[in-house]
Amino acid sequence: MSQRIVQHPVLGSLVQGKPLHFTFNGDSYTAYEGETIAAALLASGVRTLRVHEEKGTPRGIYCNIGHCYECRVHVDGVPTVRACMTVVKDGMQVSAGTVLPTPLKKGGHTS
Amino acid sequence: MIDALIIGAGPAGLSAAIACAKQDLSVVVIDEFYRAGGRLLGQLHQEPDGTWWNGIEEALRLDREARALGVDIRCGVSVYDVSRTPGGWNVSTTAGKMETPLLLIATGASETAVPVPGWTLPGVMSIGAAQVMTNVQRVRVGERGVVIGVNILSVAIARELQLAGIQIDRMILPPASSITGNAGLPEEVMRALLRVAHLAPSPLLRWGSRFMHSHWMQSLAVRLYPSRGFPMWDIPIQLRTAALEIVGKAQVEGVRIAQITPDGQPIFGTEQLIPADFVCIAGGLSPLAELAAIAGCPFAYVPSLGGHVPIHNDQMQTALPGLFVAGNITGVESAKVAMAQGKVAGLSMAHARGALTDLSPLTDAIRDVKAVRQRATIQFHPDIDDGRALVEKLALAP
Repeated sequence: MSQRIVQHPVLGSLVQGKPLHFTFNGDSYTAYEGETIAAALLASGVRTLRVHEEKGTPRGIYCNIGHCYECRVHVDGVPTVRACMTVVKDGMQVSAGTVLPTPLKKGGHTS
Repeated sequence: MIDALIIGAGPAGLSAAIACAKQDLSVVVIDEFYRAGGRLLGQLHQEPDGTWWNGIEEALRLDREARALGVDIRCGVSVYDVSRTPGGWNVSTTAGKMETPLLLIATGASETAVPVPGWTLPGVMSIGAAQVMTNVQRVRVGERGVVIGVNILSVAIARELQLAGIQIDRMILPPASSITGNAGLPEEVMRALLRVAHLAPSPLLRWGSRFMHSHWMQSLAVRLYPSRGFPMWDIPIQLRTAALEIVGKAQVEGVRIAQITPDGQPIFGTEQLIPADFVCIAGGLSPLAELAAIAGCPFAYVPSLGGHVPIHNDQMQTALPGLFVAGNITGVESAKVAMAQGKVAGLSMAHARGALTDLSPLTDAIRDVKAVRQRATIQFHPDIDDGRALVEKLALAP
């Protein structure tokens, strides 16, 4: 079920743009024209946008206006793109980052 | 060649652009967000006369007016450096370098992060994030949540979430620490809330205002504050409860809370775990002034204005030639004040380009900033006038 707020007592009914299709970690999702990656995924119930590069713990949006970079994802192969500031385009391929090697850290991992 | 470059398409930047363009200046506005409006986007509150202030409509109105005057508004462009040139400013952006004789930095304010154990879990976000997601992007941030941090902004936004059908279980304080400062102290939070008593006729404020006569009575009020809190728009405001930790595995599942003493210390044996599927953290606002610092502006630390602000005069000029500031970068106030300041900055820039034959619009606009401030329904800090006077005095110092 979509988490979109369709009716609002003051702001009125939601005016949706045309539907677009994109993927996140290989799964297909629908966004409406003008929606950000973060908003479209949250509307589909996806809150985890990446894992912490070292610890692997889940992360989602924090500030939603581009300051904190907590929502950084890969878009069409480009890393460190802010999901909260990037509007979905049809056919976009979005993926969460993965845990990165920490070979110099004591007890760290290499792959 | 343009006359003026404006960084920030919020209420101040757009108003400045309109004022400049009306004097036939060639203006470019850039903003990192994907649509114009800045923090106007998402604002939604009822004025004392009952009408609704809808920030999205205000943003659209300013955006349309600016574009109709020929202003070039470029969204989705970030600025990462500004440097002086012999004839003005060089601005490095994600869309390339730009040269301008006059530069206005109108970057607004940013939310202060308040670390709470567990705050990296998905479903925890700043109160402003929830506001934009709810009112602008129109997506539910959760079903039932807890707001950590009680201040004028968070109370207003909690009400906005409620309007959209999202339940706020309660509003509580962050854990007291050197980082959370006054935001973790019930007495300070109560004093700040009572200052806005006129905005929300609620049992809390009616009850609390009886204790406002002296410091001693305020302390008494905090000691007598009921643990279940007082409702504002049916949202329990619990000033004697703090969040100890946000818990969950893959996302937020609840908040571990405890009752606290009047000085913010958890009371042993009162801990409990309350379920929640989202948490908003509200740490208040401070001026977003990095670019002014990079440019080399002298700064002043003025707590009543929200922190470090670039020193500027009443015409919104900084100490550096061709560099102007307007809006919340100069101090945290309402969007209406930012618009009035933007107009001053725009006219000042027109004056600097020799486009203003008559100075009376500029002096009128300066007077208007003060008038708008006086009329403001939301006063972020009681000593704003003193803070403003201090900055102006510093600007005049040799």
